[in-house]
Amino acid sequence: MYQLFKAKAEGVSAEVFRFAMCEEALDFIIRFLQKEGVADEPYASAVWADSPFLKRIDRGALEKIAGLKFAVTRESAAAARFGISQMEWGLADTGTLVQNSTAIAQRLVSSLTSIHIALVPTDGILPDMPTLLSRVRPEVCAYIAMITGPSRTADIERVLTIGVHGPERLVIVFVDELGGDN
Amino acid sequence: MDNTFKESIQKAINNSNLTGALGKFSEAYKVNREKAYQGIDFEELRGRIAELKSFAAANLEELSERFTQKAEACGAKVFRTNDPAKVREYILKVAQDNGVKTVVKSKSMATEEIHLNPYLEKAGISVGETDLGEWIIQLAGQTPSHMVMPAIHMTKEEVSDLFSKEVNERLSSDIPRLVKVARDELRPRFLEADMGISGGNIAVAETGSIVLMTNEGNARLVTSLPKIHIALVGIEKLIANYADVATILKALPRSATAQLLTSYVSIITGQTPNTDGSMKDLHIILMDNRRSEMAADPKFKQALQCIRCASCLNVCPIFRLVGGHVFGKVYTGGIGTILTAWFDELKKSEDIQGLCIQCGACRDVCPGKIDIPELIMEIRRRLVQEKGLPLIQKAIYAVVNNRKLFHGMLRAASIAGKPFATGKFLRHLPLFLADLTDGRSLPAIASEPFRDRFRNIRQPKSQEKAAFYAGCLIDFAYPEMGEALIKILNSGGIEVIFPEGQTCCGAPARYNGAYEVAADNAVDNIQALLNEDVKYVISACPTCTVALKHEFISTFESVGLSGWIPKAKALSAKTVDFSTLIKKLVDEGRLSLKEGDEAGKITYHDSCHLKRTLKVSAEPRELLQKAGYQVTEMFECDTCCGMGGSYSMKLPEISAPILQRKLKNIKETGAPVVAMDCPGCVMQIRGGMDQDGAVVKVLHTVELLAERL
Repeated sequence: MYQLFKAKAEGVSAEVFRFAMCEEALDFIIRFLQKEGVADEPYASAVWADSPFLKRIDRGALEKIAGLKFAVTRESAAAARFGISQMEWGLADTGTLVQNSTAIAQRLVSSLTSIHIALVPTDGILPDMPTLLSRVRPEVCAYIAMITGPSRTADIERVLTIGVHGPERLVIVFVDELGGDN
Repeated sequence: MDNTFKESIQKAINNSNLTGALGKFSEAYKVNREKAYQGIDFEELRGRIAELKSFAAANLEELSERFTQKAEACGAKVFRTNDPAKVREYILKVAQDNGVKTVVKSKSMATEEIHLNPYLEKAGISVGETDLGEWIIQLAGQTPSHMVMPAIHMTKEEVSDLFSKEVNERLSSDIPRLVKVARDELRPRFLEADMGISGGNIAVAETGSIVLMTNEGNARLVTSLPKIHIALVGIEKLIANYADVATILKALPRSATAQLLTSYVSIITGQTPNTDGSMKDLHIILMDNRRSEMAADPKFKQALQCIRCASCLNVCPIFRLVGGHVFGKVYTGGIGTILTAWFDELKKSEDIQGLCIQCGACRDVCPGKIDIPELIMEIRRRLVQEKGLPLIQKAIYAVVNNRKLFHGMLRAASIAGKPFATGKFLRHLPLFLADLTDGRSLPAIASEPFRDRFRNIRQPKSQEKAAFYAGCLIDFAYPEMGEALIKILNSGGIEVIFPEGQTCCGAPARYNGAYEVAADNAVDNIQALLNEDVKYVISACPTCTVALKHEFISTFESVGLSGWIPKAKALSAKTVDFSTLIKKLVDEGRLSLKEGDEAGKITYHDSCHLKRTLKVSAEPRELLQKAGYQVTEMFECDTCCGMGGSYSMKLPEISAPILQRKLKNIKETGAPVVAMDCPGCVMQIRGGMDQDGAVVKVLHTVELLAERL
């Protein structure tokens, strides 16, 4: 299912990576942020919303990154270039990520920033939408958010253009250690 | 037809930006939609959607009640009303009670329907559209021309002019740059807004959830940043079960924009936290505005199966020429014609219903399985009932309804028309057929109609007999097609009878809403055709075949002549189109065609009624192949030729460019011959080729096959 997910997500311009261990994923994210020029300046900073991933790693390495904040507010998110969050599920047949986004911070980091990095447990990949809806009930998730690729529009002359109101890049990082062996 | 309406059509057709953009889009859409549905059983899927949506339409009150309970239980305030004025007042009151100064909106057709923006702005509230297309038309002071792509009629240059004014800076027309400008301009508005207004793509009664879909991500911001969120939802968006959300999500993005899923889907159920820790003030308005009246209408309840994908616009040969603004200010295209008749008023649909050429392309792609052409015909019928027929049409139908007089006039026309005829074409037809379009020559009325020629045709006797229903065009313009048909059937061992009492099939009257006239025609024809002891009733005109096979029954149902329905059904059972019967004879080994491939290259045009109502498209191609032709497919082989019976006379300005496109597609195949199964299409396309000066021969399949026996 991972292969199908990857193909579908890449088909809508998402970038898909997979790591066995949390440490490897962490290393990837740090290098990614640095390469992209993360800094403690407006529109160069990063916000990281509360994620189970953060409890499984040594956060020491993250504290050294200038401009990376864990306190997500509308101001910090609006000023950030990078938003990092963990999403619970993937839908293989459309390359979609799904999250219980009831907590507002989860939505801010994935909607106000330019680059959204989404961590996903590899075994969170489900075959399709019906399977998801049979597992995730609105009674317990007030805001179910689905994300398929970066923000896009074709409203001017039907020309596909990436990055309107939401992120212009979606970087998906699967981590096997977060669960499962899809 | 209203003059300003005619002018708006002319203006749209002369707008090359519009026709260029729409034309390109519609061509790409068909291909991409196909790709998006790959591996999916579309018929099964739309069957499920039709079922769950028609269930919802039949239970609107219960579902509204259930939705309200569930949504309120999780903290939403639900307001239900039938009245658009009350919706506006409610929203304004919420805004005023909370000191709202600015509103951000994500795209909502329901707010367009009630003209919400000007109302709020008049009250001093600034309203910002955030969907890029909606923002563009807001800046331009226009209305949406398409349900899904509101600014599809504008060029990047026009957009750059608008944006330049807005940001006080001369911008280039580079599209990514323009999109970036929109992002930067709108971002502070999102952050400052006191209230967010959205529509709702789906409302789930079981859970009180609303589902919002966008590609840009604006609905996520609209529902997350401001402390107040109002969702305006038409009650046709209600569905019973949460699990069914998956069914609609499977079809809506595929049908709307050929995507597997939109970039963002949000399922919102009750209150969620704001950034300051307070809980969202969530209002959901369930708006009726005549939807339950529609649900109670035996015909129009079907229209509530619409999921607002706009695919009926995308495949419409008329829409791609004239765009949305000709249809009106809110809902456009096929479904828009129907919604306008209801949500606005029947009278408003008077002109726009006439835009439909009844080609049936939209019916084939509708994920809600709505018979849009049929509903548009029903609008016509009701308009005629309410207002009566225009005088000129009344005069025509008085003639058509009197077979002897009608046929007498056609005979007179063959003489009267003679001085004007050049070769096989007539520049000006006399009588009521006058005032015809440019860009197409019309056939001369035959000096000897088929019904006279028939008497001189000698046929071998046979036990197996077929009654030939000629239809007006073959009878009076193309008798040679009838002769060819007899030659082929005789060769297959069938003797042909021509019942003299047959008359016009009633299609012209029916397509103009004159169902009573069509019913009279149906009675005459049933009496003439069922009087004979024959195995088949065969027609070489798909429009007539559809009339005999399907429409007599539904016409009788519509006008309440149920006593005639059993006879109409008996006729229907015997009726068969030309290619289907010939294919059967060939398959049974009773008829053989000259084999080999020396007949050369040919291309085939699918006639609307044959392909989409009778579902016949492979048969004529196989026959032509068997007769030694190499069939080369043209681009958009099954797109309407623009004839549409009297359509080409009423709206020549639309019919002509549709024909031009067809001619171009035919010529591009390089085939010296184009075949088709409909004398109406022959009239249109042959006339077009004649004026065009092209050397392509335009023939009915019956003529081609008769040469290859």
